Amino acid sequence: MTSTTSAPPAQQPKSRPGDRIFAGTAKGAGILILVILAGVALFLISESVPALTASPDEIPGDGGLASYIGPLIFGTLLSAMIALLVATPLAVAIALFITFYAPRKLAAGLGYVVDLLAAIPSIVYGFWGIAWLAPRLVPFYRWLEENLGFIPFFTGPVSSSGRTMLTIGLVLAVMILPIVSAISREVFSQVPTLHTEAALALGATRWEMIKMAVIPYGKSGIIGGSMLGLGRALGETMAVAIILSGSAAGITWALITSANPQTIAANIALQFPEETGLGVNTLIASGLALFVITLLVNMLARWVVSRRADFSGAN
Amino acid sequence: MSTSTQQSSAGPATSAPSQGALGGHEKQAPWVPWAVFGAAAAVALAISLLTGWNIVLFVIYTVVLGTLGTYLLSRVTEGSRKATDRLITCLVVSAFGIAMVPLVSLVYEVVRRGAERFDAEFFTASLQGVIGPGGGAYHAIMGTLIITALTTLISVPIGLMTAIYLVEYGTGRLKRSITFFIDVMTGIPSIVAGLFAYALFVLIFGPGIRLGIMGAVALSVLMIPVVVRSAEEVLKLVPNELREAAYALGVPKWRTILKVVIPTAIAGLATGVTLAIARVIGETAPLLITVGITNATNFNPFDGRMATLPVYAYYQLTQPGVPPQEGIDRAWTAALVLIILVMGLNVVARLISRLFAPKTSR
Repeated sequence: MTSTTSAPPAQQPKSRPGDRIFAGTAKGAGILILVILAGVALFLISESVPALTASPDEIPGDGGLASYIGPLIFGTLLSAMIALLVATPLAVAIALFITFYAPRKLAAGLGYVVDLLAAIPSIVYGFWGIAWLAPRLVPFYRWLEENLGFIPFFTGPVSSSGRTMLTIGLVLAVMILPIVSAISREVFSQVPTLHTEAALALGATRWEMIKMAVIPYGKSGIIGGSMLGLGRALGETMAVAIILSGSAAGITWALITSANPQTIAANIALQFPEETGLGVNTLIASGLALFVITLLVNMLARWVVSRRADFSGAN
Repeated sequence: MSTSTQQSSAGPATSAPSQGALGGHEKQAPWVPWAVFGAAAAVALAISLLTGWNIVLFVIYTVVLGTLGTYLLSRVTEGSRKATDRLITCLVVSAFGIAMVPLVSLVYEVVRRGAERFDAEFFTASLQGVIGPGGGAYHAIMGTLIITALTTLISVPIGLMTAIYLVEYGTGRLKRSITFFIDVMTGIPSIVAGLFAYALFVLIFGPGIRLGIMGAVALSVLMIPVVVRSAEEVLKLVPNELREAAYALGVPKWRTILKVVIPTAIAGLATGVTLAIARVIGETAPLLITVGITNATNFNPFDGRMATLPVYAYYQLTQPGVPPQEGIDRAWTAALVLIILVMGLNVVARLISRLFAPKTSR
């Protein structure tokens, strides 16, 4: 690899033009990334200014920007929270299975299989959700309404197509499962062997070992990972756009009816191709809101994950 | 239901006589949980035959009854601590089983429905002038290839140079802030990237603009951070001795990077780039709002709308035309082609990393 023939005798190592050009290009590429990110924020703001300054009756829905975006933000948060509640325990259990329960030889392969879930494009999840999952959930929703209908979440009438908020929550849960379990797995595999072996040597069963040595060590990793998953779920577009029955129902807690609030991302994808003029600006303003929300969630998640490194106790 | 690793926890338990809770109990033979699950399956079979055969209910009954049976039996014969351990084992294994349901059913469903139109015409014909049966996705496949190639052309140089900067040159605040904002960029929702590209081009060309290159710009915003992350990891793995040997021979730094560092890391870099392509090739939302859709074949990304495979699939499913079945079939075949592309790229990435890995024996 090292070609000795191409080594010119250097008189002044600091001032070679090749070095300066190359270093400059590399630095420029790094700065370009900062410029792009600043550009994303700036262009979104500049294109949403007309919507922010417009009078309320010019905004689609005639209620002003806040009452247009409000239900969308609610729908986005609600669907992402359902996804998070379903995915986190499942993902942690999967990570435990792969790290501590599965036979050593199979573990890597099983991890790869779970990661395959992340490789499937989101639009294909939409296809699967509307054609396979939603119809199969309808009998379950009927059962929920009959037996648990007194809880506000499960009031009727049940959607006959199954294209409901709960379905979306479950599909999003499947979509964020790989990232949450990947990060939990990484943290679990870093648990010092001394801790786990000490627990086992003191007579702990495997579950007691996990409870005493693994979970306390990996707690912030689990939290950070599930928040990264939350960020994913908030921004998910196509699956929601295809599956969720599209009626702007305002703010409602009913999860299994056919009247559901849309999410920001899905609403943009559905409305954008047909909108013109101020409608486009309004959609970009809602995109700006989504950008800010996911930015905050992701930064918080990164902070939680990185904080763990400081007091890990592994050393 | 794997319960094959009981030795690890049972060993210490039997050698700890001071633990009163475990002292008086016998250890279960390894075949006992299997027998319990077998019995549970038999009971579940009986229940589901009485109430009407349903494979889903049968599996659920088996798992629930088997878990309960294992727990209760262990509770009676082994004590509460071992029983809890066995219960958790059952739950953890079931969780993995649950996660496999979507993967298997999704692949099965897409292959079953997509096979309907998986024929030569689908790959050679466009949708121009097609009403009803026939037609294909030639224009959409070409559009996806062109836009993905453009995205790669934009993202790989920027991403690679940034990774080189971070690993080889970067110091201090600029490096820290670039690292941080790369993390932030990974979290940008794909639709927001699309809105960014739209807002950028609207400033130049006026409202309502749709171009193939806009899609490439939007996808680049999503692809660059992935490339940087993977390239950075790989470049960090290149041993410092190689660099120092090159410097000692008087090779300039930039030539060292080009001739020593990058060739050593080339397999990892190629793997990372392939995975990054796999990530963006299935993106729909940004293309939906920047590139739009068309029925004709358009090879020029700087002139008007283009069709892309994911957007094509979306519109064929949601606006299938009359009769609807033809469009829906085309949509599923497009989804199948997408999955094949993505999975194929994943396999290629693994092959690259295996075949072209650096020789470890120096």
